[in-house]
Amino acid sequence: MNIVVCVKQVPEVTDAELTISSDGSRILADDLEMDINEWDNYAVETAVRLKEAHGGTVTAVTMGDEDSEDVLRQALAMGADEAILIDDEDFEGSDAVGIARGLHAAIKDRPFDLLLAGVQSADNGWGQVGLVLAELLQRPYASLVVDVQVDGDRLTVQRELESNTLERVSLPLPAVLTIQSGANTPRYVSILGIRRVRNIDIEETDADDLGLDEDQIGVKSSSVQELKLSLPAMGEGAEMLTGSVEEICDQTARIIREKGGLQ
Amino acid sequence: MKEILVIAEHRQNELRDITFEMLTLADRTAGGNYTISTVLLGGDTTGLDGKLSGMCDRLIVMNDPALADYSADAYLAVLSRLITDRKPSITLIGHTAMGMDLGPALAVRTGIPYASDCIALELDDGQLNVERQIYGGKINTHLKLKPADTYLAGIRPGNVEPMSAGDKSTQLLDVAAPEFSEGQRRQFIEYIEAAMEDVDIAAADILVSVGRGIGKPENIPVAESFAQKIGATLSCSRPVADEGWLPKSRQVGTSGKTVRPKVYIALGISGAYQHQAGMKNAQTIIAVNTDPAAPIFNVAHYGIVGNVMAVLPELEKHF
Ligand SMILES: Cc1cc2nc3c(=O)[nH]c(=O)nc-3n(C[C@H](O)[C@H](O)[C@H](O)COP(=O)(O)OP(=O)(O)OC[C@H]3O[C@@H](n4cnc5c(N)ncnc54)[C@H](O)[C@@H]3O)c2cc1C
Ligand SMILES: Nc1ncnc2c1ncn2[C@@H]1O[C@H](COP(=O)(O)O)[C@@H](O)[C@H]1O
Repeated sequence: MNIVVCVKQVPEVTDAELTISSDGSRILADDLEMDINEWDNYAVETAVRLKEAHGGTVTAVTMGDEDSEDVLRQALAMGADEAILIDDEDFEGSDAVGIARGLHAAIKDRPFDLLLAGVQSADNGWGQVGLVLAELLQRPYASLVVDVQVDGDRLTVQRELESNTLERVSLPLPAVLTIQSGANTPRYVSILGIRRVRNIDIEETDADDLGLDEDQIGVKSSSVQELKLSLPAMGEGAEMLTGSVEEICDQTARIIREKGGLQ
Repeated sequence: MKEILVIAEHRQNELRDITFEMLTLADRTAGGNYTISTVLLGGDTTGLDGKLSGMCDRLIVMNDPALADYSADAYLAVLSRLITDRKPSITLIGHTAMGMDLGPALAVRTGIPYASDCIALELDDGQLNVERQIYGGKINTHLKLKPADTYLAGIRPGNVEPMSAGDKSTQLLDVAAPEFSEGQRRQFIEYIEAAMEDVDIAAADILVSVGRGIGKPENIPVAESFAQKIGATLSCSRPVADEGWLPKSRQVGTSGKTVRPKVYIALGISGAYQHQAGMKNAQTIIAVNTDPAAPIFNVAHYGIVGNVMAVLPELEKHF
């Protein structure tokens, strides 16, 4: 089974203080650590496990700047065989459809049985690119997948719905799936593991090579005309407890006792 | 009058809250200048349509056995036709397991601009402005979409009050589903409900809830010991369950459980909306987080900026 998996590099933001550029158009991300998008890590693991069980190859593809090579190396270290980097400024300002067009052009001529993406990217959170690709490829798809079984030329997958409920669906191959976090336990990649794959060639391509012109990608094709970022209003916000650890814990304990109805 | 179209969502014979939330939002966005239509697809929707009466101007009902349970292929075929024919100013779909599955392909097939996971909408002379959140809720974005005669917007669940009643005179249109040109590629098999669980976190008065900020599985017992000391139950955010540090039955949020304890203590939880949706109605929320800008402090009543592993042992001494 030949599998293509889409991976994206995203900034680590949970612990970071984010600042917005003065024109409000972007966050200043220069000092942020970059990592593989959490959901894509689960997608790569899914791909590698399917390969281990059924044979075939795994190709990782990303669109990003040259630093995005890191996420491809990560995928290779996890067990992917080949990697493609789409690196071109012309893609800047693309919406989900523009990104998907680039990914589509890079993979459409490869024979594959399964295309995997993450459910969403941690930065944009569109939750779109994988399924836009499915429609561009005119393939059946399923999103929010937490389990994949191969039955001959069909897949049976479990999709996660709300409130601890799952749904089982079946679809013919070739197909597209978006993988939800928790689908498996992604293998750990050590620095040594990354070093071992440093000599694998990464195929690099750009919009020109892919036959895409500026009407199809980037700002010009994007459905977004204007964009402005802001910090969310704090609303009522929490009453922040301050003081020494001792004082804070004393206050907190009193709140828990009173509100929780403890003696 | 121009139209706002709401795609109703139901499962196992029940309309889902998101349907009524979208109706609230449609009403707000319309400001009396748009007709509000709801489209309800199903196998047999008798019993569901009554629940929508009064809440929209028009209820378009299509029944077909292939539409009984949500199915991407059938819904795509029917809805892309409906949107192309009616050209509503905007179509609203939930950013839910159904809408997230359907929206992207629906937008490509109809060729219309789609903004997913919106928290607010505005139609400015027919042009759509939306507000979204990115970077796990730490940044808001305001987007003006390019001019188009019809848009698709995915609506974040749990973000506005669901409409509970209305006094519109709802016109019922029972429409035959169009022939599906393509075959049904993806087939629905069954729903699987959550397995039996060790404890019911929804029944607890006090929840001590750990997130990824707890750092490693070896730290879980510290939270557990504290929970035991104060007679609380241990719950968690999704990554803690994903990693297998605690069982899935302990997960709070849209894909886990909704809880309303007297006290909810969030330890190292950033407060993504999928988590907030499961706990924001707790009576008292206390959050401990090293990041003063963590979105959890928006819904918490009391906040402590600090390292959970330093705070917990100290706090335990006070009981
Ligand atoms: C379809 C879908 C459904 C989902 N359903 C759910 C759901 O039901 N429930 C759910 O929870 N999530 C759900 N999620 C995931 C959600 O989007 C977030 O990824 C998740 O809630 C983040 O969990 P977290 O806050 O524990 O981790 P993170 O976002 O990584 O946050 C960790 C926090 O800990 C803080 N921290 C780090 N170290 C410390 C320390 N030493 N002391 C104190 N604080 C520290 C950090 O500042 C940060 O704020 C869902 C996602 C999708 C796409
Ligand atoms: N630039 C990109 N390069 C490769 N894959 C991407 C890119 N952007 C998005 N994806 C894939 O699409 C998924 C959903 O992203 P999004 O629609 O941005 O939320 C991600 O989890 C990735 O698998």
